[in-house]
Formats: sequence, C-alpha cells, structure tokens
Amino acid sequence: MRRIEVDRITEAVAHLATESNYRLDGDYLATLRRALDEEDSPDALPVLRDLMENAGLAAEGGAPLCQDTGVAVVFLELGQEVNLVGGDLRGAVDEGVRRGYRQGYLRNSVVRDPLLRENTGDNTPAVLHVDMVPGDGLTIWFLPKGAGSENMSRSAMLRPADGRRGVMDFVVDAVRLAGASACPPLVVGVGIGGTFDMAPLLAKKALLRPSGSANPAEHIAALERDMLAEVNRLGIGAGGFGGRTTALAVNVLTQPCHIASLPVAVNLQCHAHRVGKIEV
Amino acid sequence: MVLRLNTPLDGETARELRIGDRVELFGDIYAARDAAHKRMVELLAVGEDLPFDIRGAVIYYVGPTPPRPGRPIGAAGPTTSSRMDPYTETLLERGLRGMIGKGPRSQDVVQALARHGAVYFAATGGAGALLADTIVESEVVAWPELGPEALRRFSVEGFPAVVAVDAAGGDLYRIGPERYRARDKVLKMGDDTRE
Repeated sequence: MRRIEVDRITEAVAHLATESNYRLDGDYLATLRRALDEEDSPDALPVLRDLMENAGLAAEGGAPLCQDTGVAVVFLELGQEVNLVGGDLRGAVDEGVRRGYRQGYLRNSVVRDPLLRENTGDNTPAVLHVDMVPGDGLTIWFLPKGAGSENMSRSAMLRPADGRRGVMDFVVDAVRLAGASACPPLVVGVGIGGTFDMAPLLAKKALLRPSGSANPAEHIAALERDMLAEVNRLGIGAGGFGGRTTALAVNVLTQPCHIASLPVAVNLQCHAHRVGKIEV
Repeated sequence: MVLRLNTPLDGETARELRIGDRVELFGDIYAARDAAHKRMVELLAVGEDLPFDIRGAVIYYVGPTPPRPGRPIGAAGPTTSSRMDPYTETLLERGLRGMIGKGPRSQDVVQALARHGAVYFAATGGAGALLADTIVESEVVAWPELGPEALRRFSVEGFPAVVAVDAAGGDLYRIGPERYRARDKVLKMGDDTRE
C-alpha cells in the first residue's frame, strides 16, 4: 500500500483552483490563436483578439480569466493500492476549494440550497467524481465550470434507430440553441451510451481531453470531425456575432449501452476552457 | 472607428447608435445582475426609490470576482443578459438608457428598447481581466450582503463594447450570423465557379 496524506490532496486542489482560473493551457491557447488567424468575419475578429489579450492579462495575475470562476468540478483517479490517511477525502477536496478560491481571489458562486439560494461563502462543496483504478497512483483534474455554458448543455434518450445522424443532429442543435449565450468559440463535450446518468458524465469527462486529441476509435474520430464541421457551418462565430469558428473542438466519449437505448449528452464549454491536472 | 460615449447617455446619442458600432464608455455605470434586479423591481413595485439615479444610466450585468489588494475590482466580464429580460421594461420606464451584457435579448426587450430609445451593448464574454482593466473605481451602492451580486457603481475609462441591439430594432445576434452564413454561401459558390 502507498500512504498518501489527504493534506496533499488539499494542497493540490487549492493550487489547481488558482492556477486554472488564471492560465489557459498552452496547446489550447495555440488552438485559439489559430482560430484568430483563420477568422474572416469583421464582427468575430475583435472578440478573438480580446480573448488573446485577456489570456495574457490574466496570466500576469491581476485578475482571473473570467469572473465566473465556476463550480469546482474535481475528478480523481485513485489507485486501489493507495491508503488515504489524515482525514476524509471529501473534506480534503472541499478544503482545497475553500483555500484556492480565497487565496486566488476567485468568486464564490455556489448556493447551498437550489431553491433557497443562499451563498455558501467559500465555493464549496465541490462536485466530486472518484474513479478507482489499478495501481498506486492518484491523478486530480480540476475543471472550474461556469454557468453560461453549463446552462445550455443538454441530454436525451434517443432511439437506437436514430443512429449516427440522430446523435449528430442532437449535438448540432444543442450548439445552435446555445448560440451566443454559451460564450463561443466552444469546446463541445459529447457522451454517447451508458445509461441516463452516464451520458452527461461522459460528456463532462470528454472536456478533460488534451487539446488536439482525437477519440482512438476511428469511426468516433470521424464523427468528431464531421460534428465540428457541421457546428461551424452554423456561422454563430466568436461572441455570437457571426463567424467561422463556433467551436474549436468536439470531443466524444462512448460507452456500451442497453440494446434498446441510445443515450446522448452535450456538455458545452465556453472559450475560457480551464482545466488543471496534477499527479500526486 | 470607435465612438467615445459618456454616461449618463443622452437620448439623442442613444437613438443614433446602430448595431455593430464599436464604443468606449466613460463615466459611471452600475453593476447589477439577477438578485439586484429582483430587488430593484421589488422596490419600484412598492413605490420606493432606487438606490441610484437611473435616468440615462447604463447598467452592466456582471458579478465580479473580489479585488486583489490595491486594485478596484477583480475579473469583471458580462453575464448572460437574457436572465434580466423579465425586469428590463420596468427599468426602461424609469429612464434606463443602456445595458451591457452578453448574448441575445428576447423580442419583447428588443421592442421595448425601440419604444424607449435605449440601447443594448455587448461586451466580450469571458474577457474578465481585460474589461476589469478599464474599471478605475468600484463602490457598493446597495445590498452588500449579496456579495458578487451587490449593486455597484463602477467608474470606467474606455470600457469597450459593441452595439448589439439598437433603438431602431436592429439585433446583431440575429443579423450577424445570418449575414455571415449568406456571405459564406456566396464565397463557396464563387469557389465552385472557379472549379
């Protein structure tokens, strides 16, 4: 067994909370830069220029990239040979969120009760997903998820007969309905298969994929390319004023499902595509 | 060309603006989002005054991050405007002349803007650090208990925005993508001809 003090998880989460809200991943920034270079719409160009300049200013540390510093979505891949000591896992993650959001001057955007709507004051609790995996590793992903894009996300139970075309139409329609409100250019996470609850989780996990990566299954990679092309034919563009790049990437994850089911979910991510990752 | 606008906005200036015009705002603007809008409309419903003079005012839909020491404000980009649609006409009736946010407005709001000679500006969503750089002063005007949703006065110097809905009924969120798709189609047809 490998012993890991839960304090190390707290420190890692606090670090990721601040870091991810101030600094975009280099590969992702390169994708954004390419969208700027290729844009030909006079209404979208100033928006893309603003985003590049904003990324530079935020990285200097004065203010976060976006004022919506999100709900803290934390994914843990926990090796089954790890023995966590010194406290409970959920408490350690929430303490990391609490510290990170305070130290980083981030916004508290969580209400305790969805109907009474009183702010928790420290951005806890995190939305926590733990996967047990073989080995003694521990990997933490931090995804501060803003509401603008989250609110425009959708899921559905399609019929198996709807097939590839049905999935494609559902995804393109989700982006069309989201329009400017999800802050395009988007990263589109898509989950196909599993059960009613699993498809949206796959869609969210799809957002963790490195920029420029494709699904390893060739027919799914082809689906990603076709969806991206069709989404960009919508012409919504950066900021929603019309332009070439409505989405920068479509990432699909799939899972086996029931013979009678075709679950599909779309998790939209705004251009402030903030993802942090640490191996403890 | 970028138009320099001073707040409060005068009626004639607001009516002359057209969608796609790029502007820089100078003067005071008021930060308010969901909770502050609810409270403003509740005050008016019982016949009380608003905590600021709304005549000619510009409201910015924003819930900023807290400032670092020595700075007036943290990240301060626009939030989705459509959530404020239900409150907008009531405020326009009291003299509100401009709003800043992101994303499209309802047809009701587009028509109300035309009736009242007011204008809706879009700021770049997600550009929280960039936009904060133009805010030189920030003060809570009312409801500090709302935290990021408190009503604030921002003093801005050159706050960049684009006219998204004008007082003539123009709507950039509708026309912009239509125009782009139409142009894209023409360009592609041009490509076909060359082949």
